[in-house]
Amino acid sequence: MAGRKFLTISLLMLNLLSLLPLLTVSFSPDHPTDRRILVLLDDLALKSSHSIFFTSLQFRGFDLDFKLADDPSIAVKRYGQYLYDGLILFSPSTDRFGGSLDLEGVLDFVDSGHDLILAADVSASDLIRSVAAECGVDFDEDPSAMVIDHTGYSVSQIEGDHTLIAADDFVQSDVILGSTKIEAPVLFKGTGHSLNPGNSLALKVLSASSSAYAANPASKLSNPPSLTGTAVSLVSVVQARNNARIIISGSLDLFSNRLFRSAVQKVGSSYKYEKSGNEQFVTELSKWVFHERGHLKAVNLKHNKVEGTEEPSMYRINDDLEFSVEIFEWAGSSWVPYVADDVQVQFYMMSPYVLKTLSTNQKGLYHTSFKVPDAYGVFQFKVEYQRLGYTSLSLSKQIPVRPFRHNEYERFITTAFPYYGASFSMMAGFFIFSIVYLYNK
Amino acid sequence: MAALDTPEPSTLRHAFGNVLSLFILLLIGVLAFSIRLFSVIKYESVIHEFDPYFNYRVTQFLTKNGIYDFWNWFDDRTWYPLGRVIGGTVFPGLTLTAGTLWRILNTLNIPLSVETVCVFTAPIFSAFASWATYLLTKEVKGVGAGLTAAALLAMVPSYISRSVAGSYDNEAVAIFALIFTFYLYIKALNTGSLFYATLNAIAYFYMVCSWGGYTFIINLIPMHVLLCIVTGRYSSRLYIAYAPLVVLGTLLASLVPVVGFNAVMTSEHFASFLVFIIIHVVALVYYIKGILSPQMFKVAVTLVVSIGLIVCGAVLAVLIALVASSPTKGWSGRSLSLLDPTYASKYIPIIASVSEHQPPTWPSYFMDINVLAFLVPAGIIACFLPLSDASSFAVLYIATSVYFSGVMVRLMLVLAPAACIMSGIALSEAFGVFTRSIKFQLPGVSQNSPVNVGDTGNVIQNDVVKTEKSEDSLKERPSRKNKKKEKDKTERASVVRQIEKRLLVLPLEASVIAIFLLVLLGAFYVVHCVWAAAEAYSAPSIVLTSRSHDGLHVFDDFREAYGWLRHNTEVDDKVASWWDYGYQTTAMANRTVIVDNNTWNNTHIATVGTAMSSPEKAAWEIFNSLDVKYVLVVFGGLVGYPSDDINKFLWMVRIGGGVFPHIKEPDYLRDGQYRIDSQATPTMLNCLMYKLSYYRFVETDGKGFDRVRNTEIGKKYFKLTHFEEVFTTHHWMVRIFKLKPPKNRIRGKTKKAKSKTSSKRSGTPKKNPWH
Repeated sequence: MAGRKFLTISLLMLNLLSLLPLLTVSFSPDHPTDRRILVLLDDLALKSSHSIFFTSLQFRGFDLDFKLADDPSIAVKRYGQYLYDGLILFSPSTDRFGGSLDLEGVLDFVDSGHDLILAADVSASDLIRSVAAECGVDFDEDPSAMVIDHTGYSVSQIEGDHTLIAADDFVQSDVILGSTKIEAPVLFKGTGHSLNPGNSLALKVLSASSSAYAANPASKLSNPPSLTGTAVSLVSVVQARNNARIIISGSLDLFSNRLFRSAVQKVGSSYKYEKSGNEQFVTELSKWVFHERGHLKAVNLKHNKVEGTEEPSMYRINDDLEFSVEIFEWAGSSWVPYVADDVQVQFYMMSPYVLKTLSTNQKGLYHTSFKVPDAYGVFQFKVEYQRLGYTSLSLSKQIPVRPFRHNEYERFITTAFPYYGASFSMMAGFFIFSIVYLYNK
Repeated sequence: MAALDTPEPSTLRHAFGNVLSLFILLLIGVLAFSIRLFSVIKYESVIHEFDPYFNYRVTQFLTKNGIYDFWNWFDDRTWYPLGRVIGGTVFPGLTLTAGTLWRILNTLNIPLSVETVCVFTAPIFSAFASWATYLLTKEVKGVGAGLTAAALLAMVPSYISRSVAGSYDNEAVAIFALIFTFYLYIKALNTGSLFYATLNAIAYFYMVCSWGGYTFIINLIPMHVLLCIVTGRYSSRLYIAYAPLVVLGTLLASLVPVVGFNAVMTSEHFASFLVFIIIHVVALVYYIKGILSPQMFKVAVTLVVSIGLIVCGAVLAVLIALVASSPTKGWSGRSLSLLDPTYASKYIPIIASVSEHQPPTWPSYFMDINVLAFLVPAGIIACFLPLSDASSFAVLYIATSVYFSGVMVRLMLVLAPAACIMSGIALSEAFGVFTRSIKFQLPGVSQNSPVNVGDTGNVIQNDVVKTEKSEDSLKERPSRKNKKKEKDKTERASVVRQIEKRLLVLPLEASVIAIFLLVLLGAFYVVHCVWAAAEAYSAPSIVLTSRSHDGLHVFDDFREAYGWLRHNTEVDDKVASWWDYGYQTTAMANRTVIVDNNTWNNTHIATVGTAMSSPEKAAWEIFNSLDVKYVLVVFGGLVGYPSDDINKFLWMVRIGGGVFPHIKEPDYLRDGQYRIDSQATPTMLNCLMYKLSYYRFVETDGKGFDRVRNTEIGKKYFKLTHFEEVFTTHHWMVRIFKLKPPKNRIRGKTKKAKSKTSSKRSGTPKKNPWH
């Protein structure tokens, strides 16, 4: 039986995990690619209706483990080790996961650095909404509300409620959406959500147009809709502080074969695209969420005095030092040098005393040199690199800076020569005076 | 003090007296040393309290790395992230003393640990201090008074409190240095010898190395010189005793890194320079008086005075302008709070917050100097019969130190030697009078040795005097002694004072009873001192004991907590606590601290105070910006340990509010009352210190009854969101909390409670109500 076989394999993997961590393919800074993904579905029919998406994942080398969301055998964790590296929740209506998985379990899964794709839909369950809310995404309070856009709907839609939206307001980021521009609008049908503007971790990747609003299309609009305009987010991504990545979509159909294949013509536009942007959008997004792109690592943080190569345990004020760090990006199968001109290093003690942009040799090595400020204390070399879509780099290395030793000061100061002269002449004068006074009789 | 004119048998007795007093001195030294060993016997051989731990750590560094590295030591484990230049901010005298002691012992192949040497430095130096007291009092009033004073000093509780074994603090050596400097000054003044004057400057240098209290010397001696000049006692001896001290002493003092240019820049030292100028003017006047005729001298005086006044006025104006331009008028905060006792409480809460900077209460006088308080006035009177240069110094010393001790309880320590000297004089004089009275009325036993053995030296001498000159023995005794002294010192031949006064001969019974009462008084003093040494002042304060009906309880929570930190945290982790525990944390746990007992940076301490008085989130942000990993609080509510952080908390508020005005003291007080029960203000109940102290406290007894404040706490059930408890010691005296890392995710606005209830009641799914 496949399940049992998988269990044996995963047990074997567990052994390997514990014995030879280097051989595992789980998420690690050195191999940031997720390999085993648990897919929870409301209905096994989704497996075929969304097959393009799943096949593209399998084609890229992921092991997908499909389970019904209420399957009692679901377990993401065994003996403290996670069995999966990623989780896809395509079960918007499930109220309760089967097996041992629950809300806390999903959040712990994320908090231990694993990735999540969550697709909600109209009338998504409280459980799914809670997962999203815990990640900083607030779905429309009205469960039956859909995003409606009377000027941005797709013409291919015959129904008259304008809920199939052709959205083309993407986030401007090559890292998240790939370097190829998504030409065709993305078809979206589902519920909208909003992000707290103060949330620095969540990000709209696909927003609705300014004419969109969220309401129940079946009922009459009595109150002003709570979500309107560009505040309505259709698809959002979250990168947690531990660099776990999450996609939250308000539409499960977004991933479906039907919308992947359908042609799209935005209302008011004469051009009809043969194929919607969904496939490209979803594929690129899944590459990002599974760390195939935009995952940086910084290694070999080194510093030394200009005249030496050893790393000292302490600097003296006004020393000249060299600093270097290597930054690489994960390219799906190997680490490639990351090239940018905006990496900065701070020499920091409560506030940055030195802030220098690092120059790169295009091979991943960033370096600079500067003079230690004329202030002593416990400093830190800090590299805080946060760029849209990239994992955040936050390195710091503590280094004390001491004042001059007693014998490192200038011994004779030119401006003090009059004083030296004065004291020596005084001594000589006193000596002569003593002789004269004592022996001149 | 050999009596040159005495015949042979008396010389023998005199020699016997000297040997006896040598033995007495030795025994006094043994007494001084051994009475301070109670702490080692009752507890263990450990370093006590707070500052000693720093001194111990510095000494370890010194013995390991040598003096140059010590001098240049930049310590990156305190005052994070500022660090502290230890070499330039520490009085090195104590450390160098103990380090040298350790080195000598090791070269003699006595392999003592640094800790042992540090523990026993204070008792050794208190033996030295009592010998120095003997020397000083001998110069003032003779051998008998000297021995009495030394014996009293050896066991005066005030001094014991700062010098028990393990109390490895600056005062341990500084009191010796203080007394010895005074002795050398008096010796130089009495002999007029440049040799002693130079030694005096060196002793002063040692004092400057040891303790900030050296300013007491450099102000007291000029005051005495001025007093001598004003009372017409100017002599070349005075000049020789004083001038080299100022010149050499100031030069040497400025060599100590921590003093440096302060030796000439701050107001504490100006008195000595002013008197230095005055003594030169006076010397010049005396010289001119000697070479001019009286008429000429008068003319010259009017001329010089009128010109001199103008010049002096100008100089003074410049000086005042210079001094006034500095905000504190050139005085350091601690000195200012000495001159104006209300200064600290008004402007510098950090000085006022230290309990040893508070004014003492009357019971503390009785506790610390006991019967000496009653003997001092008698001693002062004795010093005026007759007044010599030396005795006027003693009077000045006691007068100033009484004032200072009234300002700060810590300066009791300066008062103690003065009180001992005065009481020694008083006791010895009283014994002299009484034994003499007895002797006159018992003619048959005139050859017998005196009653009181403890004062043999003095009484023997008196006997010698009496048996010889029985005819004119009605002469006043101290004046005789002075005359004898003056015979030794040829310089003083011109200053013979003939004060004729009838010696009071008391009735025999009265004398016997009085001696008995005095001995009783002495016995009472001894009993009190031993009790104080054994019970009151021996606790090392890192280990506490309490005695209850079911036996002795030992509270070793502090070391438990520091041991936990040392073994369970990373080497570079930063620990935040109130500054009291900074030295101990660095020394015992070897972890970096934010603030410590060297309160050099008020802002930094205020930052920690603000964090402790802020609500949890704000506190977390402050601590996080300082890279703090752990927060340590001391909590005494479970076992009734009164000096815990909740009791110190108002000072944190005050010090924090002094720099960050959004912390306001009235917010923490209900109607001016500091309380932590249900009447406490919400600010108080939500501040970090309250939460960290009382977190889970209700679980101990179900009510949350605080045994220090004797009340039930106001807020019993609460959770910590940004901190987590990682360690609490056995008696809950030290609690260590860890800062939680920032949330991995940022939650949305949607209420969590909704999902909670729905997941609980998942049997009845709350489906879309619109369907």
